[in-house]
Amino acid sequence: MSENIQENSNDSNKQQATKPAASLFNLKGLLNKNFGDLVFENTTRFFAFIVLAIVFLMAFEMVRQSLPTIKAFGFGFITSQEWDPVNEQYGALPFIFGTLFSSLVALLIALPLSLGVAVFLSEISPKWLEQPLSLMVELLAAIPSIVYGLFGIFVLIPWLRKVVEPFLGRELGFLPFFKGPPYGFGMLAAALILTVMVLPIITSISRDIMKSVPASQREAAYALGATKWETIKIVLSGSKSGILGATLLGLGRAVGETMAVTMVIGNRAGISLSLFDPSNTMASVIANEFAEASSKIYLSALIEIALLLFIMTIILNAVARLIVWSVTKKYKVAVH
Amino acid sequence: MKGKLILVIAVLMGLFSSSSFAQLKINGAGATFPYVIYSKWFDVYHQKTGIEFNYQAIGSGGGIRQVIEGTVDFGASDAPMKESEMKAVKDKQGTEILHIPTVMGAVVVSYNLAQAGHGLKLTPEVLADIFLGKITMWNDSKITAINPGKNLPNEAILVAHRSDGSGTTNIFTDYLTKVSKDWAKKVGVGKSVKWPVGLGGKGNDGVAGLIKQTEGSIGYVELAYAVQNKLSYASLKNKAGYYVEPSFAAVSAAAAGAVKNMPADLRVSLTNAGGKGAYPISGFTWLLIYKNMKNKKKETELKKFLRWAMTDGESYAKDLYYAPLPKEVVKLCEKKIDQITYKK
Repeated sequence: MSENIQENSNDSNKQQATKPAASLFNLKGLLNKNFGDLVFENTTRFFAFIVLAIVFLMAFEMVRQSLPTIKAFGFGFITSQEWDPVNEQYGALPFIFGTLFSSLVALLIALPLSLGVAVFLSEISPKWLEQPLSLMVELLAAIPSIVYGLFGIFVLIPWLRKVVEPFLGRELGFLPFFKGPPYGFGMLAAALILTVMVLPIITSISRDIMKSVPASQREAAYALGATKWETIKIVLSGSKSGILGATLLGLGRAVGETMAVTMVIGNRAGISLSLFDPSNTMASVIANEFAEASSKIYLSALIEIALLLFIMTIILNAVARLIVWSVTKKYKVAVH
Repeated sequence: MKGKLILVIAVLMGLFSSSSFAQLKINGAGATFPYVIYSKWFDVYHQKTGIEFNYQAIGSGGGIRQVIEGTVDFGASDAPMKESEMKAVKDKQGTEILHIPTVMGAVVVSYNLAQAGHGLKLTPEVLADIFLGKITMWNDSKITAINPGKNLPNEAILVAHRSDGSGTTNIFTDYLTKVSKDWAKKVGVGKSVKWPVGLGGKGNDGVAGLIKQTEGSIGYVELAYAVQNKLSYASLKNKAGYYVEPSFAAVSAAAAGAVKNMPADLRVSLTNAGGKGAYPISGFTWLLIYKNMKNKKKETELKKFLRWAMTDGESYAKDLYYAPLPKEVVKLCEKKIDQITYKK
């Protein structure tokens, strides 16, 4: 910022002193400012606003199209478990539950794994291994979700049905999470697929956050006689809120995932704590039923689910970004 | 320099104008089930006449929506339009909609029982009870009673159904609604229904995947899909009391049985049709055509195409695993095609 101001004051020998652009579309400076600059500035500003406009238009359109169900069911849409297109009864609770439950289970598994990988990459790994390993982790994010889905159907699910679920049912069947017949398809399969999908996000952001902890802190810890593990603890506690942000971003990814989940989750609306039971998510019910939803209220119900999902992911992402920003900013200030 | 530029522009304009005027493009959207034969038809017809069709297989529901909005020249659906939907077309587009059957399909009940092998027999009551979750074991006395000599295991039945909205589900639930009062009361008929039990798979391949992978499962898929993938399927007891294996001949028999009572608008369900050889879960798929078309040229060409489809077109059906229309139905369709008119 200070550099910019200096440059401007150098230029002011030739031109009148320019004020920083305060109003949105700066037309006042038309006379004393370079015309090209002005056009460029306002064009880029216009593009930036297009992005905002798209988000608002989407929200507006979804609200408009979900009005029929909002009017017909009101708040009951969120609390009702009944989803019956034949009798035109719509309640989104099983889908909201399925979305949140599958994402939370995925996070519970992914978080320790990702943290382990991130700690290794940022604190322990030798330099020659760090780059290729990070690349591999990030590569996981580049795999199309349908590939994950197929992997789920042909590899993961038979294994779950024959090995994992019977074992869990036998040993831990007294818990509400491991009850019922082992289908393979169901909540557990969806959560495991989601785990692999959110892993790269949480890992790479956590690693960056840990790396942004100033080296001086590590050096200070070592100087005080801390062991490697104690130093890592200091780094971890310094990046706590950043890791939380990364986790929320991962959650945002899990909540919105459609294809891979719908291929393995069993697609049956119902609320059950058992990981063996089939379930359904908001994204997958939209993907499944949108094409054939011809009645107005049916369509509107699906669009209202989309709206709820939209609100959910926007909130999650906003909170996550804020946390990540506040952390990285804190350290940058501390360094300079 | 200037002359050259004008020349280039003139040539470009000529190119664009000739390409946009010479070819007529007729747009349609709808059902995915008949997509294979429709794209074959459109391709063959394009080579023959130069008329180009653009068909988007977005699903029957989507096709009906687009017909109501008037964004396509014709639609396609595996389930006939409801009264309310036809009224919406009349209100918005000012014309009636004609239903023209093109080919037939059937839904087969497929299962995975290594010990029992092919040819399981099912009655409508037993089928409904399985999908209602009332019969839960393969060795239930109701199943063993109609399958003497079959080795049915003491195993739980896993029901597999479609998770996506689908015309296949519509035909299947239409059948169950007709044969079981309990089903009619608790579930009903629709492209997506509230399933009492079971797992959902996306698309025919999703359901087939569920069945193939899970010992003791039972589900329903399109006949074409089951034939191509060599799934084992059950023979069903039809209205006349005979056990019938699904086949193209049995589907055509169902349609032939229904011709006598065919309603004037051809919106008829073929499920549970009478006749000795009729397979009970069969159905038409329809093209949805505006009775009054607003574009003269499109009206002429679409009529020509439909007449071609009813005659030459039908001969492609069997190779592509669809059951062709019986002659009696083709005659009714041709009368319908004659009703299409042009009015601005």
